[in-house]
Amino acid sequence: MDILRFATAGSVDDGKSTLIGRLLFDSKAIFEDQLEAVERTSRDRGTEYTDLSLLTDGLRAEREQGITIDVAYRYFATPRRKFIIADTPGHIQYTRNMVTGASTADLAIILIDARKGVLEQSRRHAFLTTLLRVPHLVLAVNKMDLVDYSEERFEEIREEFTAFASKLNAPDLTFIPISALLGDNVVSRSQNMPWYNGSSLLHHLENVHIASDRNLVDVRFPVQYVIRPQRATDPALHDYRGYAGQVAGGVLKPGDEVMHLPSGLSTRIASIDTYDGPVEEAFAPMSVTLRLEDDIDISRGDMICRPNNQPHAAQELEAMVCWMTDASKLGPRTKLTIKHTTRTARALVRDLHYRLDVNTLHRDEAAQSLGLNEIGRVSLRVTQPLFVDDYARNRLTGGFILVDESTNNTVGAGMIVDAR
Amino acid sequence: MLQRDYTTSQLDVLEAEAIHIMREVAAEFERPCLLFSGGKDSIVMLRIAEKAFWPAPIPFPLMHVDTGHNFPEVIEFRDRRVEELGARLVVASVQDSIDAGRVVEETGRRASRNRLQTTTLLDAIEENEFDAVFGGARRDEEKARAKERVFSFRDDFGQWDPKNQRPELWNLYNAKIRKGEHIRVFPLSNWTELDIWDYIRREGIEIPSIYFAHSRAVFERDGMLLADNPWITRGDDEPLFEAVVRYRTVGDATCTGAVQSSAGTVEEIIDEIAATRITERGATRADDRASEAAMEDRKREGYF
Ligand SMILES: Nc1nc2c(ncn2[C@@H]2O[C@H](COP(=O)(O)OP(=O)(O)O)[C@@H](O)[C@H]2O)c(=O)[nH]1
Ligand SMILES: [Mg+2]
Repeated sequence: MDILRFATAGSVDDGKSTLIGRLLFDSKAIFEDQLEAVERTSRDRGTEYTDLSLLTDGLRAEREQGITIDVAYRYFATPRRKFIIADTPGHIQYTRNMVTGASTADLAIILIDARKGVLEQSRRHAFLTTLLRVPHLVLAVNKMDLVDYSEERFEEIREEFTAFASKLNAPDLTFIPISALLGDNVVSRSQNMPWYNGSSLLHHLENVHIASDRNLVDVRFPVQYVIRPQRATDPALHDYRGYAGQVAGGVLKPGDEVMHLPSGLSTRIASIDTYDGPVEEAFAPMSVTLRLEDDIDISRGDMICRPNNQPHAAQELEAMVCWMTDASKLGPRTKLTIKHTTRTARALVRDLHYRLDVNTLHRDEAAQSLGLNEIGRVSLRVTQPLFVDDYARNRLTGGFILVDESTNNTVGAGMIVDAR
Repeated sequence: MLQRDYTTSQLDVLEAEAIHIMREVAAEFERPCLLFSGGKDSIVMLRIAEKAFWPAPIPFPLMHVDTGHNFPEVIEFRDRRVEELGARLVVASVQDSIDAGRVVEETGRRASRNRLQTTTLLDAIEENEFDAVFGGARRDEEKARAKERVFSFRDDFGQWDPKNQRPELWNLYNAKIRKGEHIRVFPLSNWTELDIWDYIRREGIEIPSIYFAHSRAVFERDGMLLADNPWITRGDDEPLFEAVVRYRTVGDATCTGAVQSSAGTVEEIIDEIAATRITERGATRADDRASEAAMEDRKREGYF
């Protein structure tokens, strides 16, 4: 059994909560006491149906206002897979939350109300998921029961969305007509839509192939922590020096020739250690400890790669940045702390090339700054080289966060483009 | 030739993520500590700490916030584990906080030291100058927790501000704090109760005996089975009876309930949990039943 992480997006009332509630309920991940609590609260508030959104809207403020503010994580499992849902709010004022939820997602479900068709917000959700490089996209055309399960309507929406998505170079795109309320095509294939030959939503979630979404080609091992037991008395451990970290790309094997950055020195992997014994290979997302054949001065923030396949050592970065605070703006000369893999440095914004209208994708080149939830193309200069890849090639070596130096808050998320 | 399929099992993914989080903390903070109660989540967390730094010892102390209302089996287990690891254990005692006048003991039938723990915990964090505190909480436990970050910022007063949390993207965690503030770190955020048990089975991890079915004198309160003990005030309408029970969580003995069960092995517990229709906190924790937002309110104050 493996894990699929997925994010859900949709506008208010498209049926997101109903869909999640159904997936959780049908997979028995909602427990009786949770359901009772939700029923009680629904009754107290005079709602006539059981409002399943109360299961995910966990904060007092969310329940009081009846909206989802923050990302909520929900869990369920079937015999085939464990699922982690990042339930993200759909409003434009919560773009940053959607970006957060999408950053780790293997798949995103975008809900569309069959009666309303592709709206501005559907385009925004699709754009954000492709910007964050979520590898699989499902367009769930919901409320099919309200359009007489019409194949024509479904095809109309599919065509309109496909035309738009081609501009985004959206990855794997799947369309599924559903009724979240009545259950059509959610867990099992619907009798009401014999014209639909694809799989049910759950079947798709259980079977979509994700193992090869990770980068298994470019060896990238950001050194996280140096392990030195320093046991003078134990001959086996006396000289032990291991480089601990989580593999960010490629497949590492003992005996492989590797290169250390920033030194540029080459050596071989002596062994790949874990508490449970040495392993024959390591790949993302494994957390392991490397021992190397030669003594090289290596510390946290360094990178181990292959001599013939190195990331870019860059002090000038080009990136798409999503700004996440209303306390300040990002513009030329803004100074920030940048955290990329295990390395932290300082960054200076050199230029804001344009601000992107996330609804129309129009580029505003006259923009002077980015405010909360705005996304733009930025040039940064950093105080020490970062070992980067294009975000499109590797999300782990292409993504970074920006931290405000006075408040210590995380204020931006960046995705590297045109790494040089 | 068959193409190698680099699929990773759910437990391996969760373990790798938790190890990454622990190493991040060890690298970025000066004085972390790990909350160890002897309960199953903290036992799993401790095993992951062992794995993260092996063959070196765990590079931080453990801390137990001791309400004084303990199950003796759990304390015995705690001390044995600490000794095996050669770890340092800090015991922060609620009784000491009461004696020092920092908190006042609750009175009445439902008196519990659950809420008092927050003061003891925050005082100990301040006294020891801990800047990162590992907790074993999981997001599937409770709906306020479902919203909490892996690195959860606490201000000078130890408070959590749910509306003002730092965005958390990819596997990048923001460890920046000022002196006096701290971060609560939850490496098991993405684990479910079943994952914990699957892991305990897979790793062959020892757990205190009270998790397995045993015979105990209990009484019923609010639909829960509470064990009789010196700290609990039992009413005349709450007669004692012998029952075969086990615990799904381990907390303060005055407000942690047992469930009727015959599960005597980890396998049997897993079968039972897979079939159960009630969450572990709903079944066994009086402290969470107080109100819809009981956990959120306690967490805001600085609770675990
Ligand atoms: N007829 C019909 N109604 C639906 C369907 N899905 C959701 N709804 C209803 O649409 C309303 C909004 O749904 P909700 O799940 O709260 O939407 P959210 O705002 O996206 O979370 C509720 O009244 C639902 O019962 C569907 O497939 N068919
Ligand atoms: Mg909703």
